[in-house]
Amino acid sequence: MSILTTPTTTATPVAPSPTAATTTTPPVTGERKGLTKKEVAADHPTWCPGCGDFSVLALYFKLIEKRKMIHEQITTIAGIGCSSRFPYFVQAHGAHFIHGRALPFASGVSLSRPDLHVFVFGGDGDAFSIGGNHFSHTCRKNIKMTYVVMDNWVYGLTKKQTSPTSPLGFKSKTDQWGAVDYPINPMKQAIAAGATFVARTTHTNPNHVLQMMEAAMDHDGFSFIECLSECVEFYEGAFDASNPRKGGVFKEVPKDHDVTNEGAAYALAGDPFPGYFGVFYKNTKPTKNAKEAEIIKSYQSKVTGLKDWQILQKNFDRMK
Amino acid sequence: MSDTITTAAPSSGAAKVLKINEAVIRIAGNSQDGIQAIGGFLARLAGRSEQEVMTFMTIPSTISGGPSIFQVRIGSGEVLSAGDEADMLLCFYQHSYEDHIKSVKLGGIVLFDADHVQPNPAYEENYRHVGVNISSLTVEAIGGTGRDKGKNIFAMGLLAKIFDLNVPKLLKLIEERFGGKDPSLVANATTCFNAGYMHSLENLLKTFQFFDAEKKDRHQVVMNGNEALAYGLIAAGVRFGAGYPITPWSDIMELLRRELPKYGGMFIQTEDEIAAVSMALGGSYAGRVAVTGSSGPGISLKTEAIGWASMAEMPLVIVDVQRGGPSTGMPTNVEQSDLNIACFGGHGDSPRVVLAPTSVEDCFYTAIEAVNIARKYSTPVFILTDQGIATRIEAFEEPNLEKVCQDISPDYTPVEDHKPYDLTKPNGITRHIAPGTKVLSGKYPIATGLEHDELGHPTGSSKLHALMTAKRRNKLRQLAWDFPKLKTYGPNEGQILLVGWGSSQGPIKEAVDRARGIGEAISGLTIRHLNPLPNGLEQIFKGFHHIFVVELNDEGIYGYGQLATVLRARYCDPRIQGITKSDGLTWKVKEILERARTLASAKA
Ligand SMILES: Cc1ncc(C[n+]2csc(CCOP(=O)(O)OP(=O)(O)O)c2C)c(N)n1
Ligand code: SF4
Ligand SMILES: [Mg+2]
Repeated sequence: MSILTTPTTTATPVAPSPTAATTTTPPVTGERKGLTKKEVAADHPTWCPGCGDFSVLALYFKLIEKRKMIHEQITTIAGIGCSSRFPYFVQAHGAHFIHGRALPFASGVSLSRPDLHVFVFGGDGDAFSIGGNHFSHTCRKNIKMTYVVMDNWVYGLTKKQTSPTSPLGFKSKTDQWGAVDYPINPMKQAIAAGATFVARTTHTNPNHVLQMMEAAMDHDGFSFIECLSECVEFYEGAFDASNPRKGGVFKEVPKDHDVTNEGAAYALAGDPFPGYFGVFYKNTKPTKNAKEAEIIKSYQSKVTGLKDWQILQKNFDRMK
Repeated sequence: MSDTITTAAPSSGAAKVLKINEAVIRIAGNSQDGIQAIGGFLARLAGRSEQEVMTFMTIPSTISGGPSIFQVRIGSGEVLSAGDEADMLLCFYQHSYEDHIKSVKLGGIVLFDADHVQPNPAYEENYRHVGVNISSLTVEAIGGTGRDKGKNIFAMGLLAKIFDLNVPKLLKLIEERFGGKDPSLVANATTCFNAGYMHSLENLLKTFQFFDAEKKDRHQVVMNGNEALAYGLIAAGVRFGAGYPITPWSDIMELLRRELPKYGGMFIQTEDEIAAVSMALGGSYAGRVAVTGSSGPGISLKTEAIGWASMAEMPLVIVDVQRGGPSTGMPTNVEQSDLNIACFGGHGDSPRVVLAPTSVEDCFYTAIEAVNIARKYSTPVFILTDQGIATRIEAFEEPNLEKVCQDISPDYTPVEDHKPYDLTKPNGITRHIAPGTKVLSGKYPIATGLEHDELGHPTGSSKLHALMTAKRRNKLRQLAWDFPKLKTYGPNEGQILLVGWGSSQGPIKEAVDRARGIGEAISGLTIRHLNPLPNGLEQIFKGFHHIFVVELNDEGIYGYGQLATVLRARYCDPRIQGITKSDGLTWKVKEILERARTLASAKA
């Protein structure tokens, strides 16, 4: 039986389901009510009081509630870091994988389970340093999932080392004199790598975070959000310049920005901090999920009516 | 050519016909000459003739080609190894002649391309030389612009004549192989074959004829170990996997990439081996045990994630097609030096299962066993094969596919409550539910690499760490009881027990047969389950004076190969000694026996 045979659900899929060859799903019973925050909150987060990650979690709950998602439709995956502890705080299926490799793990889930919406959360070190290679390749392959990087410009869990997004001059335990390596621009990386949905937001603007999460979830493809999320412990005030309550400016992507224009998106990403917030780039092209499903469909059409062992038998007959 | 009997009836008038039980033919040339193809044809023919066959080949590690050999051993009885010495050498160039003549038995036949090879008078005394202008005759036969392309098929025609092979069957194989778009291909190949077959071999004194093989109940299939393993995974129900290319593992991933879509599955080529193992684990987590694999260097990259699989107790099959290491090492040579990384290659206490198939046929069944152990015990399972089995071709009884193929689709039935890491479960075996499964209690599990409680939530409790560590270890102790009881090859008492694993099973059995034939009390034992080891080995060891562990790896700093070290650690038995080598070549029967005798007399 095809792995794309998805459990049958009476509820509408969370997002447009890929053109899987044969789609059957785990049986979902009961009418679509959606989960409340209470039902979806698990362990009390171990984050420091005031950590930006709390708002991201709260908005994820809100997203689940608002979009009437149920346990059978989602899975939450992360690598390692403060932010990556995320799955433990969500009362739903989830996996806490190893440092930097959440994306390939999530890809394995996404490709074999078109019935699920895969959400991945993690930090800047997890995403762009140890996981840098996977980030590029998941972008370019356009594997369907939503990836939220909670960027605090520092390694939180390991207590204040320079991260790939730390700005020049940031004094960390590994750069007492101030960071010397040029930081990564996550937006530019994602666009250049071929991501089909690239957005930026900040934890201090909850409505905007939710708006970006919804847009990302509705995107049929790899959707990437950089969410500034302050580490109050090791990088206090990092994002004040983007927070109107701290005298900064929250500058939205201009209304007339063409999100399908890669060059324009790249130019937006070059705007110095605090930069723009919103969807920089969005484009639809077939996902890897859809392409693999297409391959499956065409190969299965050559063996219709045959049981698995009979398909294998054909190969063995040729080896006699 | 053992057990030869002369019959008086010469078929062609000139040459005598000798009935033979088996023959070892070594074909030496350059890799681009299609010598693998001749070998493949002969192997397949043997399979169709119910004969046993085993091949051995070397290929240059550079793509531009270079010297290469293909050795086929065909027998009417059991064939256990590719043969120590060749009965016949077919050589295309001077270098093939010079480099391989020593592999021929004294008195054996050297069939050479007289267009390229100048025989050496010193050798002519010891070997029967038969020169044929293979290249020019091929050109003459097909003409046109093909030059000597097709000389391999011409040479096969010669072999068909010399060994009285079944011509209609060979022609059918040629047709199957070359049939397709361009009909002139089959025509040309047939012409070449016939030209070779018709060529008069006046200076050959005798031709040979195989005894009829015993009738087999089922058809035989002919394939190499990589193919058998990949098809085994498909039969086992694996439908998702990920990998990154590396020789000699690549064939498996290419086959799965090509075949799985027919079954509704997919195999993904990732950016590196870390992504591959991670993606496969994602697939397993999603509900159906997935596969990844590699060879040496790539296995090193996967170790961190395999540790996660131990901790999260996630089923996973990891194929390691061993090659010469460390580092890039000897990519196209055989070695069994990854036992340590497979059994112990991880930080922390990270138990896993390691299986080693012993033949091409066993690759098929081991793949199924690995999948079932991974599922039943929620554990990573290594399949440790090697370059030797991966590339050698064998004929074996066709599996009953209708019976062995299994469906391992995930079960999404809602559950009342679920604790994957339940400590009260007998045997401590974890059971995961796939995402998408509704849990009525509303408490959802997390698959995790942090030490955890029964639901998978992190814990700093030292008590839980101790309990969970024991749980992960105990389930493998439990598994060891599931393994079938081991039996020796040969009597269970004697002077020497030759213990081996993986591809050395064949040569060890043959060594036992040969030694027993001359009255030596030598028996053999192959261990397929390397971690955990099967129980009861000490009982078997009791029956012997010497226990020699035959392995294709280095004796290491302390003087024992990798399996010998493990066995010594487990049984503290000083009779356990190692017979190891690291020349990148499979064992010769002679080598094993000589080393065993020397070691036994030194220890006596
Ligand atoms: C292979 C490996 N290397 C290093 C670590 C240690 N480590 C854990 S989290 C982390 C960095 C976390 O930074 P980030 O991803 O930005 O997450 P944050 O804690 O800031 O949310 C490091 C280096 C590890 N767990 N695994
Ligand atoms: S160390 Fe920083 S990132 Fe980690 S929980 Fe505390 S505030 Fe948040
Ligand atoms: Mg960080």
